[in-house]
Amino acid sequence: MVRSRSSAPGLLAAFAVLVAGLLVAFTVGRYPVSLGELFHVIVAKLGGSAAGVPPAVQSVIWEVRGPRVVAAALIGAALAIAGTAFQGLFRNPLVSPDILGASSGAALGAVLGIYFSLGVFAIQGLAFAGGLAAVAAVYLIGSAVRARDPVLVLVLTGVVIGALLGAGVGLIKYLADPYNQLPAMTFWLLGSLAAVSVFDLVPLLAPVALGTLVLVALRWRMNVMSLPEEEARALGVPTGALRIAIIAAATLVTSASVATAGIIGWVGLVVPHIARTLVGPDFARLIPAAALLGAGFLLAIDTLARTAAPVEIPLGILTAFLGTPFFIWLLASVSKTWSAS
Amino acid sequence: MILSGHRLAIGYKDHVVGRGLDIALATGEVLALLGPNGGGKTTLLKTLLGLLAPKAGEVRLGDRSLAGYASRERARLIAYVPQSHAATFAFTVETVVLMGRTAHGSLFSRPSAGDAAIAARALERFGIAHLRERPYTEISGGERQLALLARAIAQEPQFVVLDEPTASLDFGNQGRVLREIRALAASGHGVLFTTHDPNHAMHAADRAYLLRAGALVGEGAVHTILEREQLEALYGAPVQCIADRDGGPGAFLPG
Repeated sequence: MVRSRSSAPGLLAAFAVLVAGLLVAFTVGRYPVSLGELFHVIVAKLGGSAAGVPPAVQSVIWEVRGPRVVAAALIGAALAIAGTAFQGLFRNPLVSPDILGASSGAALGAVLGIYFSLGVFAIQGLAFAGGLAAVAAVYLIGSAVRARDPVLVLVLTGVVIGALLGAGVGLIKYLADPYNQLPAMTFWLLGSLAAVSVFDLVPLLAPVALGTLVLVALRWRMNVMSLPEEEARALGVPTGALRIAIIAAATLVTSASVATAGIIGWVGLVVPHIARTLVGPDFARLIPAAALLGAGFLLAIDTLARTAAPVEIPLGILTAFLGTPFFIWLLASVSKTWSAS
Repeated sequence: MILSGHRLAIGYKDHVVGRGLDIALATGEVLALLGPNGGGKTTLLKTLLGLLAPKAGEVRLGDRSLAGYASRERARLIAYVPQSHAATFAFTVETVVLMGRTAHGSLFSRPSAGDAAIAARALERFGIAHLRERPYTEISGGERQLALLARAIAQEPQFVVLDEPTASLDFGNQGRVLREIRALAASGHGVLFTTHDPNHAMHAADRAYLLRAGALVGEGAVHTILEREQLEALYGAPVQCIADRDGGPGAFLPG
């Protein structure tokens, strides 16, 4: 294995962000838990002995906060990994998982499910199908239009299809029952982990793990794929097939996240960028760094979402408030910042 | 080994750039591709690299059609040195050179220690070992061209194909790259490069292939084919020839 010596501090910093996010998410809230109590409960669980803390604390840690913490960490990691993959594939640090219509396709699927009063699993399934269908449509249209720069065509097609899907979401919201359905749609579209239970974790974990595995396995080929198309092909990479595999894996990971928690923007744009400044552009280090940072970041945001106000603040709103100034700063300092390593 | 095109029609989807082209390159020789802008140099280059399918005719590598090669197999025989460009992401120079080893590994593999040793030798060969840890985006254009040459060598190919390797380089680096092209042929590689400067062809190439408006206008050893009249016909513009006082090789000037 070839590894640059300078990557260890960056990965360590990313890991520290995750640990900090976990500690904050477990201890802060309407029922505060001290770090000592948290430590005792975890040690007791690992050792199989009884913890010397009240049962209410154990219940808060394992049953109330546990599933939500796991979901936040998984979704943060998933969105960051998907963003990392899309940015590399499109050779553009300013793109994100929303770029191929994955998020808007999943959103349309979910509001359709709510509109037809389907069950939770059907809504999740529709969101998932919507995300994949949107990306497939974008990909097919994008490759039918033969151009010198297929990546640019793909990105523009994604923007156009995303706008169309957004109009579809708007139409269904307009038709929806304003007392029962519309609040549910609005709540879901803005992004929230408030309703996550243990039963949501398996349908989230399985696709996220599968997609991540594919991307990690292809990490070196993804380095080469971030070169101009013809160069990558001349280096012996079958770019067409690999592009489909990477897009499918990143979309799978995005759709699973959107199906669980609604649309949480910006994580997939901002986190890969920070990870790149920490460990450089090599995907072997970038993917783990982005996953750790994304998990820690969303844990912090979700803790803020459930504690900052008497009612829960939607995640999508918080990430947008943080993401927009970041994006403007990114645009302003564009050439300098993303080449730092 | 021979890389050759037979009765090639070259071009893009619905637009043919050139027809009836025969071209051959053997290992150990340098062939320069000269001609006016838009004459089909780059298109022919990409067709011979297998990046563009010929509209008609056939590209052959060894005793097989190039179209029958898998991309990995082809990349172990032909390396491509594009015009040096600013990359999007700041990979280190070493990582860029290691990318040349991609075709020698499997789909899911990372470069091995053996690959790293080959990359290190390639960096040594072009005198840029000290740039190993530097971001590719922060080195000079000449250094980038050398890094891309090192990447091509790390591919361990039989043929190296370069697209305007001297464009946008300063005078000293132009000479440097031309010497490296000669050295590549000396180490047994077949080298094909495009250039806008007939002097560079004269300096570094064994043979020249003159392409105008997608048609071959002349081909042969540089000393016989690169004459003032030939070049004036090729570019459709007057050319001056300056000869050395003691009868050595001359140089061409536009105008």
